[in-house]
Amino acid sequence: MLRHIFSRLIQSAVVLAVMSFVIYSLIGLMPGDPVDLMIAHTPGLTAEDQRRLRELHGLDQPLLGRYLAWAGNVLQGDLGYSRLQARPVLDALLPALGNSLILLVASLAVALAIALPLGVLAAMRPGSVFDTFVNMIAFAGISMPVFWLGLMLIVVFAVLLGWLPAGGVETIGGGGLADRALHLVLPVVTLAVAGTGQYVRHVRAAMIEILRQDHIRTAQAKGCSRRRIVMHHALRNAMIPVTTILALDIGAMFSGALITETVFAYPGMGKLIYDAVMGNDYNLALAGLLLATAMTLAGNLLADIAYAWLDPRISYR
Amino acid sequence: MWIKRLLFSALAAAFLLPAPSQAQERRQITIGISQFPSTFHPSIDAMMAKSYILGLTRRPLTVYDADWTLICMLCVELPTLENGQAVLTELEDGRQGVALTYRLLPEAVWGDGTPITSADAVFTWEVGRHPQSGVSNAELYRRITEVEVVDDKTFILHVDRLTFAYNAINDFNLLPAHVEREAFADPAAYRQRSLYDADPTNPALSAGPYRITEMRHGSHVVLERNPHWWGEQAAFERIIVRAIENTQALEANLLSGQVDMIAGESGLPIDQVLAFEQRHGQRFQIHYQPNLSYEHVDFNLSDPILSQLPVRQALLYALDREALVQQLFQGRQQVAHGTVHPLDWVHAEDVPVYEYDARRAGELLDEAGFRPGPGGIRRDAEGRPLSLTFMSTGGNRTRELVQQVLQAQWRQIGVDVRINNEPPRVLFGETLTRRRFPHMVMFAWISSPENVPRTTLHSESIPSEENGWAGQNYGGYANEEMDRLIGEIEVELDREARREKWRRLQHLYAETLPALPLFFRSDAHIMPLWLEGVRPTGHQYPATLWVEEWRVRS
Repeated sequence: MLRHIFSRLIQSAVVLAVMSFVIYSLIGLMPGDPVDLMIAHTPGLTAEDQRRLRELHGLDQPLLGRYLAWAGNVLQGDLGYSRLQARPVLDALLPALGNSLILLVASLAVALAIALPLGVLAAMRPGSVFDTFVNMIAFAGISMPVFWLGLMLIVVFAVLLGWLPAGGVETIGGGGLADRALHLVLPVVTLAVAGTGQYVRHVRAAMIEILRQDHIRTAQAKGCSRRRIVMHHALRNAMIPVTTILALDIGAMFSGALITETVFAYPGMGKLIYDAVMGNDYNLALAGLLLATAMTLAGNLLADIAYAWLDPRISYR
Repeated sequence: MWIKRLLFSALAAAFLLPAPSQAQERRQITIGISQFPSTFHPSIDAMMAKSYILGLTRRPLTVYDADWTLICMLCVELPTLENGQAVLTELEDGRQGVALTYRLLPEAVWGDGTPITSADAVFTWEVGRHPQSGVSNAELYRRITEVEVVDDKTFILHVDRLTFAYNAINDFNLLPAHVEREAFADPAAYRQRSLYDADPTNPALSAGPYRITEMRHGSHVVLERNPHWWGEQAAFERIIVRAIENTQALEANLLSGQVDMIAGESGLPIDQVLAFEQRHGQRFQIHYQPNLSYEHVDFNLSDPILSQLPVRQALLYALDREALVQQLFQGRQQVAHGTVHPLDWVHAEDVPVYEYDARRAGELLDEAGFRPGPGGIRRDAEGRPLSLTFMSTGGNRTRELVQQVLQAQWRQIGVDVRINNEPPRVLFGETLTRRRFPHMVMFAWISSPENVPRTTLHSESIPSEENGWAGQNYGGYANEEMDRLIGEIEVELDREARREKWRRLQHLYAETLPALPLFFRSDAHIMPLWLEGVRPTGHQYPATLWVEEWRVRS
């Protein structure tokens, strides 16, 4: 297992190196440069200033040269300076990373806490009224647009009832843990609703499949309790496909909660990456996207480890 | 019985005891904006959100006020040729320059109590003109050949050319030399070391009624009163500026009370405010401030069809712009008949106006050789349909609505218009700057009072490969008389003579139609009923520059 993990880590490093070049090139190929974007705000910017600024930001250099210079600095531990946030990339990245991790863990935890029991119970009585009801809820969660749900939650719980803050990370000028938790409620619920619907469907489908298999019938014949069959024999096996979905979701949710972050003015990785790409902030966009790639790779590695734990027959050589 | 008595006493006390006035209760105001500044350095990157926040913490030397008049804010008096504070000079190459004497307010100090002095002016000039400092608009600094220190509070700027706006040094953003000099030791690293970004809560950076005490990038800025502010004390102890990019969420935050007002300078689009006003208009003050932003349709004048003046005139005659602003903006935005805003003193009242006249539009197209054809679309002599591509910024709901109205109106005269929008960064980053739009593109110019259109209408400003795609004359308009007028206006000191030249420029614009004027935008400011004294300006110098006049209604 250790050998497998080591080999996967080396593979990940290679993937990240290749991705860094691909991402850098793609951003470089996007139309316009930071100076073009500056002109939109400063129509009086003279041609001389435009040339000077391009030179200053290194935009007059060929793409490959810029990439090699960036890669050299990164190897020395310098991720560069964010032009959009006017601070070192790491200083810009870390707070957003922390916020995103909190949001990700909380929404995944909520989604799983609801989806697992609902999916299992629905699978135990397929076609029942309860199963139909759970399916309806799941489809509603999957198909509800995130921005709409977010805004509706704000309107109901912040505007009409006044129970929860409409956005932000904490009350400005004060707060504490309880206050931060209150600010998390609406974005977590928004993200969790879509996740719950998806996981319910996966858990239910996997459980129905497993519950039909021979070893379950054998366990029933041996007189195992229904609870033990479901929890010990079926759910554990059903978690393998669910784990795959979860592993992929970690990367996607990490950088893809853009809409939720924008609606709730929550400064996370999705918003940071989007702004950096749109604002042609190469250093920040690159670091953010590579981090998202690393999270996806890490999620998949964790999934591999989880497979071996869930099913001892799975081994890596 | 005693319970009744107790309740009665409590009620009586509640009614009889003097209630705290609103002014006492409102010690803080939270302002919502839809952008967060990329930097707080006053000379690096121009951005409205930054100007808005810095308006609370800084006072520029000179600025246009809410009446669009140039005033001194940090200086005692505007130097003029009349008062002798501006003196004509002759440069070595024989050109005429000007020496401007500015006297700083004697009581003006930075937020740490250090006096604002001429040394700061010298340092600011050094930073501004250094090619590696990162200052975006360095034109003014390059034009200043020397800063001569007379005394601690008086300095003379030697400028290498004399223009009518010789004493407007709005871009000369004073920097505190005593704390910033160290960061400038390595000019190439200045952008990264400047305290404006490295330590934005440093009190020494403030030179206004407030100073930044907390900043969370992308989220909010907290400002508290500057104890060293020399002017009238502002009403609020604290001001919080929150950035919420999603305008629907910004509106919800206003309704939930998490923000008290939304700044018009960087707030909600006007169509959203109009809808908001219908639902919640009674709960807020909504002020529509005419703005200098000029929404127009640029033509690609290299196109053989659009290079014909009658075609451009026909396209303008076909537009019922009055109906458009009434229907889409309830008349809150003003129809434009040229680049100059009617509130600008150089606006000419007698500029030819293209009133809606579909019949005349049709005649002009007939004259240009485009006759009605099958399906109602006009065709040229060779049977090619009169079909034009119309671009703008995709995702901008207001612009998309306007496009649809224009498309329908042009269809009425037999012009087939295809809308092909692009994301703003593609449109502004590539299509416009490289002049890659086939026919027409709609966007806005942001300007200032009496803004000479050198970068947008002078033939030198046509972007091309030879000039590195610099300049913003995207349409490719080249007119000798326009070039000459621009040059003459810039150096004409006599106000009346200048007004006359401006008048000719506006006439020429209407006669040659380098672009289709649509309307001037308005900023929609949403303020609480209890707030008074806010005077929106409608240009790039925001209302926060006069925050000390904001008061809680008593």
